[in-house]
Amino acid sequence: MQCPKCHAPMQTYNRNGVQIEQCSGCRGIFLDYGELEALTRLESQWSQPAPPPPAAPQAYPAPPAPAWGAQHGGHQGGHGHYGHHRHKSFGHMLFSS
Amino acid sequence: MNLLPALAAHAEATAHPTETTCACGPTTTLADREDATVVRHAGTVAKAHAPGTDPTELSLRLTTAARLPEVLLAPLTSTVTPLHDRLVTLWPHGAPVDPDDPDAAPWEAVGTLLARLHRAAPPTALPPMRGPAKAARAIARLHAALSDTPHTAAPAAASRTEPAPTLAPDPAITPDPATAPDLAPRAAPAVLRAWAALPPWARAEAAMPGPAYLCHGDLHLGQLVRHPAPHGPWRLIDVDDLGVGVPAWDLARPAAWYACGLLPPGEWTRFLTAYQRTGGPAVPSDGDPWAALDVPARALTVQTAALAITKAVAARRPLDVVEQALVDACARMVTVPRQLTGGHPD
Repeated sequence: MQCPKCHAPMQTYNRNGVQIEQCSGCRGIFLDYGELEALTRLESQWSQPAPPPPAAPQAYPAPPAPAWGAQHGGHQGGHGHYGHHRHKSFGHMLFSS
Repeated sequence: MNLLPALAAHAEATAHPTETTCACGPTTTLADREDATVVRHAGTVAKAHAPGTDPTELSLRLTTAARLPEVLLAPLTSTVTPLHDRLVTLWPHGAPVDPDDPDAAPWEAVGTLLARLHRAAPPTALPPMRGPAKAARAIARLHAALSDTPHTAAPAAASRTEPAPTLAPDPAITPDPATAPDLAPRAAPAVLRAWAALPPWARAEAAMPGPAYLCHGDLHLGQLVRHPAPHGPWRLIDVDDLGVGVPAWDLARPAAWYACGLLPPGEWTRFLTAYQRTGGPAVPSDGDPWAALDVPARALTVQTAALAITKAVAARRPLDVVEQALVDACARMVTVPRQLTGGHPD
């Protein structure tokens, strides 16, 4: 489908089981009927008081990164694209000029 | 005779100077690219360097490797041999990092070898390290790819000034191929703007600032081998871009990968710490290294993004999530002023 705002093509992504269309141009997001409610439901599950954490997953502070770096570069304690399995494309990039 | 069989014959003759037959098995092609053809026969590797390579400069680079066998793989001979219209050098075989197991990458060894390289006195008359020139070439290739495609600078992408939130796409879901070809060129304006914001020296338009250190010029995990294979010490290979310049450039590719969220913090720390502990001069021995790394890491991010777009345009495919992470970082660079580079003016 095409973005109703800038008419660029939209790509489909799966976020926690919810299908989301994101515009490749302006990065706007399109939600189908019921998807916003599904996301709100997921959000409320996250904000419920969590059980005590078993152990801190990251014992050391992340090393510094530049301001233009990815937010998930480590300082927020989040995950970048590396995750558990390295992306094939990055595996190739590691060995390329 | 074409280059490849001639190069194979050269490697075989080097491996067996007297015998006419051998039982070592076939000669294998390790690389056959526009800029390099490499073959191996038994323990001998022959490399045909890029067309147009300067023989004097290559000889100086080869001699540098021969003089630093603790850091760089030493060539079998210090002579450069013309073969057809190319220059050929001879090397011992070494065992590379397994591309299927990048988790086994020897990050400590990379950091230690780079620090030793940067601490070595550069030979007189050694030409500049070619890192910035390679970045400029990547931008030239991007321009060429864009001029070959009817879709250029999309207004939606060009008007984007702020980083947009990124969704992690499900790899199982691929975009519609019918709309895919025009997605990659849309990423180009952000990359070109980030390039334009770099200082002239990082774009190979001016001499590199600061003291001239001995640098590798094109560091990545394919530039390491164990010699003797398979358990010998790690050594750096590929002297084509070796020269004098800003040593932070050699740290900039891992730095860019880390900054873009691709290289995990643990691997980045192993590499950087090993470099600092060995007394590498590119960054302070402790504290924030980013004043020195900022400009080179921006340049390497731009270079890698430009090559990714060029490949995607040629293949008429959209960028994948890793390539998009590089482009997104380029888009953010324009909104963040460059860090003060300690003693490095524009």
